Amino acid sequence: MDRIKNHPILGESPEGKLVNFTYDGKTLQGYEGEPIAAALRVNGVMVHRYTAKRHEPRGVFCAIGRCTDCVMVVDGQPNVRTCITPLREGMKIQTQDGVKPLEIEK
Amino acid sequence: MSVEKKELIVVGAGPAGLSAAIEAAKAGVKATVFDENAAPGGQLFKQIHKFFGSKEHKAKVRGFRIGQELLQEARDAGVEVILNATVLGLYPEKEVLVQQGDEVKHYKGDAVLVATGAAENMVNFRGWTLPGVIGAGAAQTMMNLHHIKPGNRILMLGTGNVGLVVSFQLMQAGCEVVALADAAPRIGGYGVHAAKVARTGVPFYLSHTIKEVEGTDCVTGVTIQQVDSHFNFIPGTEKHFDVDTVCVAVGLSPMAQLLKMDGIEMDTSTGGFVPKCDETGATSIPGIYAAGDVAGIEEASSAMIEGRMSGAAIAEYLGYTDASTKDAREKELDESLESLRQGMFAPKNRGKKIEKTDEGIDVSENLLTHGFVADDEITRFPGFRKQVKVHPVIECTQNIPCNPCQDACKKGCISIGDNITSLPISVEGSECINCGMCVASCSGQAIFLVAEDTEPGYGEITIPYEFLPLPQKGDKGYGLSRSGEKICDAEITNVRSSKAFDGTNLVTMKVPMEYIDRARFYKAQ
Repeated sequence: MDRIKNHPILGESPEGKLVNFTYDGKTLQGYEGEPIAAALRVNGVMVHRYTAKRHEPRGVFCAIGRCTDCVMVVDGQPNVRTCITPLREGMKIQTQDGVKPLEIEK
Repeated sequence: MSVEKKELIVVGAGPAGLSAAIEAAKAGVKATVFDENAAPGGQLFKQIHKFFGSKEHKAKVRGFRIGQELLQEARDAGVEVILNATVLGLYPEKEVLVQQGDEVKHYKGDAVLVATGAAENMVNFRGWTLPGVIGAGAAQTMMNLHHIKPGNRILMLGTGNVGLVVSFQLMQAGCEVVALADAAPRIGGYGVHAAKVARTGVPFYLSHTIKEVEGTDCVTGVTIQQVDSHFNFIPGTEKHFDVDTVCVAVGLSPMAQLLKMDGIEMDTSTGGFVPKCDETGATSIPGIYAAGDVAGIEEASSAMIEGRMSGAAIAEYLGYTDASTKDAREKELDESLESLRQGMFAPKNRGKKIEKTDEGIDVSENLLTHGFVADDEITRFPGFRKQVKVHPVIECTQNIPCNPCQDACKKGCISIGDNITSLPISVEGSECINCGMCVASCSGQAIFLVAEDTEPGYGEITIPYEFLPLPQKGDKGYGLSRSGEKICDAEITNVRSSKAFDGTNLVTMKVPMEYIDRARFYKAQ
């Protein structure tokens, strides 16, 4: 999804400082301090995790840290709510599979 | 573990919590507000539309500006706001456990106000867990706080005020809303909110709900289907839309868990868990109060007044004011609150079908089922009037608590009277000076300035416009009907923007005279 550059009510969106982070090993960019989920969505990432039992995809649902559908493995720690966790330079973000990082085929 | 004493502990820095803390602090109470979020204001900063009500309720001010004012007032009053602080539990003797980072701290208050707000409801349908199905609040958070589009093509489920307002905001963010669906047979929110969506051409499907959301890893489409009066699907009525996002706005539920765990008496008769409390939010345990959506779902405007009432009551409970001061303040606030609770959408009218307005006029059936007042219905409302010279046409046809239009017109062209839910009247014989303040002040974007025969065979209509790109003088395009259908050619003859209009641009279009009472929106060629 795109960033909103200019908004009829809110005006021009603030341009943040671009930082690099990795998503399942790939280097992506986002604005420092924005929610990890926002940076991922701008990069087209919709699936944040797969459920433990049925291996079903889940993504952002509530975007305010309540539903926990968007949790991922961040810097090795699972169950991090990406919709309310600010993005930092060099963060290692991995799709969560159950409670582990998803194994990515090389 | 050491216990830190606090005079007043407020849980939640939204409109209710902040208002209570401010009111109490102004009386001398040391108020501490905990909020689990990184920023205060609750949901106010996501509300970019102009609020309803009257001046005292900050009507025609956009929600996020009300949020900024509230934060400033809290700072001025010396309210302590502690962020990133999740209240984990409320225990007997007003003991409170708060998680701050990796630490859990223990506080004890002389009084506690719970203003935790509400959580969005969800409905189940096949595919409801797919990435791309989001709450309407999530959409607001993404677009209005984080400046990203929640999706490109979106279907909205739910036509309450949240569904209507968020649909409009999605379009303002540059997203395409393909349709709104609601299992109910009638639109639940304000007609004016529906009408401003409908006139852009978005269809409403009432008595329709989602049958299935399609997609493997994320949403690729949605099928809605008509339901009968028992909410059973009617075979053969499926309608499919290619969408990447489905937005769900099917109501809110109070988050009263903290109150419940503390053993406060709950009222379950209304279908949810709501604390039993009096007008000031006092619960069954002395010194523990509840205000805002946690005490019953309403608007941010009412939450702020409820908060003030609780704050005044707490100041008295803690001995900072006497009973007569409290009673006087309570009476004043109660009148303000009651005026918001009048009209067709009053809490007491929930779920009722209203046939006539307070003025005895048949309500617009088309507005309730399609989102716009039909051409042959609009003429029976007092906001509609025929006149050659420029004059306001006010398409506000339901009794809702709102009156900024009356204050906006210094020439007396618009009359509501003392009862803020009365329908606005476009006053016969008044002298409109085409200032446009009424158009910009109408939170429902329901006022148009109409001038007939400005040149032979043509007239001009001034419409409120809150989208980008803004049309320019000389642009040629189409006049759209109330349902968003292209009905005539239109040329832009004037575009006005002003600080006083606060983001609502006034676009004037020239249309053939036969469309002067039908064209209500503009679409570029």
